[in-house]
Amino acid sequence: MRMVLIFMFVLLANSAQAAIEAYEFDSPEMEADYKQLIAELRCLVCQNQNLADSDAELAQDLRRETYEMLQQGKSRQQVMTFMVERYGDFVLYRPQFKSSTYLLWLGPFLLLVIVLAIVVKRLRAAAKPVDVDADALADAKSLLEEEQTKK
Amino acid sequence: MIRYALPLAVFVLMVGLLGYGLKLDPKKVPSPLIDKAAPEFSLAMLHDSSRSLSTADMRGQVWVLNVWASWCVSCRAEHEVVTALANKNLVTVVGLNYKDKSEDAIRWLQQFGDPYATSVVDFNGKVGIDWGVYGVPETFVIGADGLIKYKHIGPMTMESLEQKVMPVIRELLS
Repeated sequence: MRMVLIFMFVLLANSAQAAIEAYEFDSPEMEADYKQLIAELRCLVCQNQNLADSDAELAQDLRRETYEMLQQGKSRQQVMTFMVERYGDFVLYRPQFKSSTYLLWLGPFLLLVIVLAIVVKRLRAAAKPVDVDADALADAKSLLEEEQTKK
Repeated sequence: MIRYALPLAVFVLMVGLLGYGLKLDPKKVPSPLIDKAAPEFSLAMLHDSSRSLSTADMRGQVWVLNVWASWCVSCRAEHEVVTALANKNLVTVVGLNYKDKSEDAIRWLQQFGDPYATSVVDFNGKVGIDWGVYGVPETFVIGADGLIKYKHIGPMTMESLEQKVMPVIRELLS
C-alpha cells in the first residue's frame, strides 16, 4: 500500500512539472510581448524567479492573466500597470524611473563621479610641481650657507 | 584624526543599514492597495451559490476580508484567531474562499467551525489577483468609506490581532 502511494506521488510530481501552458497568439508580436512580460514580472511566491520560470500556482494564474489581457488588445504597458496596481513596484524586475527610484538608478553613476573627482584631485596634487618663490629660495640658500660657514 | 574617523563612520553606517535590512521580512511585500478603494467583486456565496455578495454591498460598514482555503495549512492555525475576531462582534468578517473546491471548503468549516458572516467563492483566483493576494491567508481591513486600511500577510496570531489589526478596527469604528 505504501509503495503504491509513493508511486502515485512520484507520478503526480512529474505531471505537475510537465504542466506548461501552450498559448496560441494572434501575432508573433503579441507572443514576443508575452514572453518579454513574463520574463520581466516577478513571481510573488518564489520571489527570486520571474513568471516565466516559476511553477507556482499564482505564477500560472498571472501568466494566464497576462495572456488574456494581451489577447484583449491591451498593450505591454497596460499589463505592467495592472500588475503594479495590485502587487506594487515589487513585481517589476526592472524598476520604473521615478522620484522614489532616482537614487537606485542614478546612485551608481553618482558614486562613480564622486570617486573620479577624488582620484583626479589626488593625481593633480601629486603631479603639481612645488611652486616656490625665487627670492624665497635664494634667501633659504644663503641662510643654509651661513649656517654651514658658522660650523 | 579624520583619516580614521571617516572610514569608521562609513563602516558604522553600513553595519546599521545591513542590520536593519536583516530584520526586514522579504516575504512581506507592502500592498499598493492601502488607502485605495477595495477592488470590486461580485461572487457567489459558499453556502448558497444562488446568492452573491459584492464589495458594494459592504459599503457603509467596517468589515474584514479574510482570504482562506481548505488546502492552506496555516489557515488552520489562524482559524482560532479569526474566530476570536468574529466573536468580538465588532465588524463583519467575510471569508474569501480562494481557489478551493466548495465541498472541501464546506467540510473544513463544519470540522473547525465557521467564523465568517459569509464566505464567497473565488474559484479561479481572479478576485485574488485584483486584491493582490499572493499567499493564503491574508486579511484586509476595509473602512465604511470602502477604502482598504490595513493588510495582514500570512496567518494572524493572537498578538498580531491585538497589536496590529484591532487598533485599525477600533480607529475606524470610533
